[in-house]
Amino acid sequence: MHEAAVPLVIELTILVLAIFLGIEVISKVPTMLHTPLMSGTNAIHGIVLVGAILVAGRADADGLTLVVGFVAVALGTANVVGGFVVTDRMLEMFKTRRRDR
Amino acid sequence: MSRTTTDLLYLVTIVTFILALRFLSSPKRARQGNLLGAAGMALAIGVTLAQPGLENFVPMVVAMAIGTVVGVVGARSVKMTAMPQMVALFNGVGGGAVALIALAEFHNLASEGLSAEDAVAILLSALIGSISFAGSLVAFAKLQELIAGRPIVYRAQQLVNAAVLLAAVGLGGAIVAGAESDAMVVGLILAALAFGVLFVLPIGGADMPVVISLLNAFTGLAASAAGFLLHNNVLIVAGALVGASGTLLTILMGRAMNRSLANVLFGAFGAAPAAGAGGAAAEDGRSVRATSAEDLAIMLAYARKVVFVPGYGLAVAQAQHDVRTLAELLEAKGVDVLYGIHPVAGRMPGHMNVLLAEANVPYEQLKEMDEINPELPQTDVVVILGANDVVNPAARSDPSSPIYGMPIIDVDRAASVVVVKRSLSPGFAGIDNPLFYDPKTSMLFADAKAALEQVAGALKAL
Repeated sequence: MHEAAVPLVIELTILVLAIFLGIEVISKVPTMLHTPLMSGTNAIHGIVLVGAILVAGRADADGLTLVVGFVAVALGTANVVGGFVVTDRMLEMFKTRRRDR
Repeated sequence: MSRTTTDLLYLVTIVTFILALRFLSSPKRARQGNLLGAAGMALAIGVTLAQPGLENFVPMVVAMAIGTVVGVVGARSVKMTAMPQMVALFNGVGGGAVALIALAEFHNLASEGLSAEDAVAILLSALIGSISFAGSLVAFAKLQELIAGRPIVYRAQQLVNAAVLLAAVGLGGAIVAGAESDAMVVGLILAALAFGVLFVLPIGGADMPVVISLLNAFTGLAASAAGFLLHNNVLIVAGALVGASGTLLTILMGRAMNRSLANVLFGAFGAAPAAGAGGAAAEDGRSVRATSAEDLAIMLAYARKVVFVPGYGLAVAQAQHDVRTLAELLEAKGVDVLYGIHPVAGRMPGHMNVLLAEANVPYEQLKEMDEINPELPQTDVVVILGANDVVNPAARSDPSSPIYGMPIIDVDRAASVVVVKRSLSPGFAGIDNPLFYDPKTSMLFADAKAALEQVAGALKAL
């Protein structure tokens, strides 16, 4: 994963553009949905699981790497799964008025 | 799988994350968006597991199984009132994972000689990830009431905190300068963990919405830093989106409370209640008018338009369902019912909306502060349920009040106001509320749940 590294300046460009995009998209989320927004973004930063897998799966991993990687994968998975499930639970509750009841 | 294929598939994941946030702009498609984001996440995980040269699948699958069970059980069983704690916990867990990634990467790369870029990425991942982990756990403990919610302050606190942070940054500097010992990173992580704990301890429970938003941004930025370390675009972009979201929410919360971030973080708000506010009030000759559930039922039945203003006290009393029942009775009588929701009602941004949605209140009736304020002069009755500071007119009129300048719901502009409250005690901030003594206000001294049940009963009997 460290071969043929992308130039730092390109990664920085991606970072800065993503921040601006994030501000644009998120400023359109109504106050009503700010709690699901927080738990949804919480789930999205669970993407660190990808990093944890790359670390834990190193072919040359020694004991320390394996233990640390194991814990990181477990934490990352809990973050991803818990985040998406709890967000879904909340969003499911936002219902419009049902006149047919 | 080639590097190009991998990156293209990661790009698909990035797009699903952006769409997930885009769909959150309306409750109609928000759920679909979340499922799309989850699918994108599954894709990224699958692609990562299919990378050539990856080993140790057995321990990884075991770790993922453990994480899945913990995540599902936690997410399914959590009560909606406890959502802020849950968000803090998942947030901390993500930050912890980043710190561990940084530790493992340093351990494996330091002997080969780290590039300056990698060293900085390791420093930032370990630092921010650890602060986020420890800070989130303290926020969790405060919200769960495992430790006191009030600010914990001691002398020279800021000096101690600054010293701990400096120690962490100093160790980081040594890493960038080329130190190769694992102890350096472990020391950095320990110092950052200590800082995370110390920096949240002096912040009061009422300010937790801001802290959780801020820590959310931290974890996002930590994920971005890990992306730089692993040269992984999906981590960089996802982290940046979360960082932007957390930062924006932090600013919005600060604005809704009319407080600067520095004041929230270092002000120890609520450490000592404003002296004598509540007690003195009764003695200075102002009188309050008490009312009964029956009288309130009559008032409501003959109103054209009623606005409920819920606060966290409503959720504490578990009365969300009772207010919806009462609202349905009133609507059956032809009364127009709305809910006015202050941005900081509840324990995190938007929390009150979730609690009312759980009680099957249709979301069209949930009005934000800026939407409900213009409606209030045409409102016959406002019923305040467990809210206090967010309806305190002193925020508009009394420059000496600690909350002066905070945007409030202008309930005093309605024709009449009924406050359902156990006693005249002041709110979180310990600030006297002149609304209670306004001639058009009447007080219904009762527990919110019991009061709403009685009003609904009286309304049926009318």
